[in-house]
Amino acid sequence: MDSGTNREPIIEIRDLVNRFGRQVIHDGLNLEVARGEVIGVVGGSGTGKSVLLRTIVGLNRPASGRITVLGEEVTRLSDAEWRRMQTRWGVLFQGGALFSSLTVAENIQVPLKEHTDLPRSMIDEITALKIRLVGLPADAAGKYPSEISGGMRKRAGLARSLALDPELLFLDEPTAGLDPIGAAAFDQLIGDLQKSLGLTVFMVTHDLDSLHAICDRIAVLVDRKIKVGTMAELLQDQHPWIREYFHGPRARAAGVA
Amino acid sequence: MAAGAKGAARSMGDEPGLNITAEGGRSRLVARGRWVTSRLAGVAGELDRVRPSPAGGATIDLAEVTAMDTAGAWLIERTRVLLAANGGEVELTGVKPDHLRLIERVRRAGMPEPLPPRRRPTLVDTVANLGKATIDSLARGGEMLSFLGAVVTTWARLWIRPNRIRFTSLVSHIEQVGLDAMPIVGLITFLVGVVLAYQGVDQLRRFGAEVFTVDLVAISVLREMGILLTAIMVAGRSGSAFTAQIGTMQVNEEVDAMRTMGLDPIEVLVLPRVMALVISVPLLTFFANMMALVGGGLMAMVLIDITPTQFINQTRQAIGMWTFWVGIIKAPVFAFLIGMVGCFEGLKVKGSAESVGRLTTQSVVEGIFLVIVFDAFFSILFSYIGI
Repeated sequence: MDSGTNREPIIEIRDLVNRFGRQVIHDGLNLEVARGEVIGVVGGSGTGKSVLLRTIVGLNRPASGRITVLGEEVTRLSDAEWRRMQTRWGVLFQGGALFSSLTVAENIQVPLKEHTDLPRSMIDEITALKIRLVGLPADAAGKYPSEISGGMRKRAGLARSLALDPELLFLDEPTAGLDPIGAAAFDQLIGDLQKSLGLTVFMVTHDLDSLHAICDRIAVLVDRKIKVGTMAELLQDQHPWIREYFHGPRARAAGVA
Repeated sequence: MAAGAKGAARSMGDEPGLNITAEGGRSRLVARGRWVTSRLAGVAGELDRVRPSPAGGATIDLAEVTAMDTAGAWLIERTRVLLAANGGEVELTGVKPDHLRLIERVRRAGMPEPLPPRRRPTLVDTVANLGKATIDSLARGGEMLSFLGAVVTTWARLWIRPNRIRFTSLVSHIEQVGLDAMPIVGLITFLVGVVLAYQGVDQLRRFGAEVFTVDLVAISVLREMGILLTAIMVAGRSGSAFTAQIGTMQVNEEVDAMRTMGLDPIEVLVLPRVMALVISVPLLTFFANMMALVGGGLMAMVLIDITPTQFINQTRQAIGMWTFWVGIIKAPVFAFLIGMVGCFEGLKVKGSAESVGRLTTQSVVEGIFLVIVFDAFFSILFSYIGI
């Protein structure tokens, strides 16, 4: 799906301010994400990448600013509207955040049972389908999160976040902790699902390969604000951190610069 | 664009539906509405009526489908496969490009294998679990014994080379398990003293023997209540803390890091904690005994009108030297047990943070259990040797 044809904004952030105590994390941050695009958010440690993600999905209340997701202002939603909103997006946390007392299949079923009135047999079918879609082996279904590898846990987490077929997918460092082959496979999986399901993806990452492989645009958190552009545009940017990031040895290794 | 259509159609609320008709040996299925996860319950019944089509083949008309997601696409694909089971040809007509892409994606994922059935425990499982639990607890007992051995030999080694004792750690633990426990242990034993005196007076008054309340309080507190309450409090407070501290270090691989640097976790982590308990608990017990006596004494003074002097004299008559020592002798033993169990469970933590919680609970339960079992042993022993 090309991002150029449809510019309907799915996430709109205006003048966002986040602060913890006296420390200002975001100061007047603006960002727009169009429907169907994959945006990668990068930035040094402590620049508030995860805080930004958590603020958008409502886990962190901003000090000020306006956030509109899927056409609704998230800071002003009622509880019922929140519940509906939560069925329209999926979040994959860094370690997968699977519920450790449930099997992989039961984990994927949690949103299905909570938000739909589908019959049991159909829930089982959809669960089996999601397990296939994210490329998990069938025997993973009955296993507990502690019994599977980190890569499989991320896939299971992805399956859970896709359980309700959301329009918008948030990923927090999806490839962190995976070996390069596993990370590349995961990138490919996300890209493939994004294209075939028409997802909008908001991805916090450090992984230059991921940025290169699947992101349409990149948002860089610098100086408590955000700079957005395509890879080509950011490569021309003169900001010292951005230069360092996109022209450093790792960037060269990833074939970016 | 699938997602775009989904967004636009959201407010329209057209339920999904499926019409099945047969025209001259050829089935015709017409799907309509929004085939998305939240609405699919509505077509479950119709889908169940779909049978493999006779040789004539079948058509699935998707022209009236307004939205589709992977679950909807899967149901269409599954129906197609089912219809084609007899070798008939199945045609999809009127399918929108976005929907076709989803159906193809689902097809590419392959037929999902059915989930493993949920197991219901059978009688055999119950017996097997019982056997497993028995073997596990025997194995645990063995592990704990070997841990005891390791602790004792390390302790003995430190006895010879006392400069290897981690004094800073020891003192800090004494503060945490002893000093910091004083308010709560003191308060609880004081209150138990009050309760004992109150109940004692109530019962003994029937025989006109209220004054023996003092004997009751003094003997029960010094021999049993003081040390038991202290040990239970310490198991709940410090045994659990040991498991949680060492367990968290296990999860962070700190213990492994220690081993690779040639530090012995038993010497560095376990012994300072166990020693701190062995030193603190007897002192805490003494403090607890005194607080209980004060509580009982105050209550007795209020209820039966005796003076402090009378109370002290009566107490002195009631107890001998051994009444006091019977309680105190048990203290270091209980302390050792609680510390051992706390550290043992902490070192058993593996992998996740979840096991820290589980083993912490277990350490408290086992600690209190062992304290009470050993208390019973001591009672038998003391009655055997007549003190």
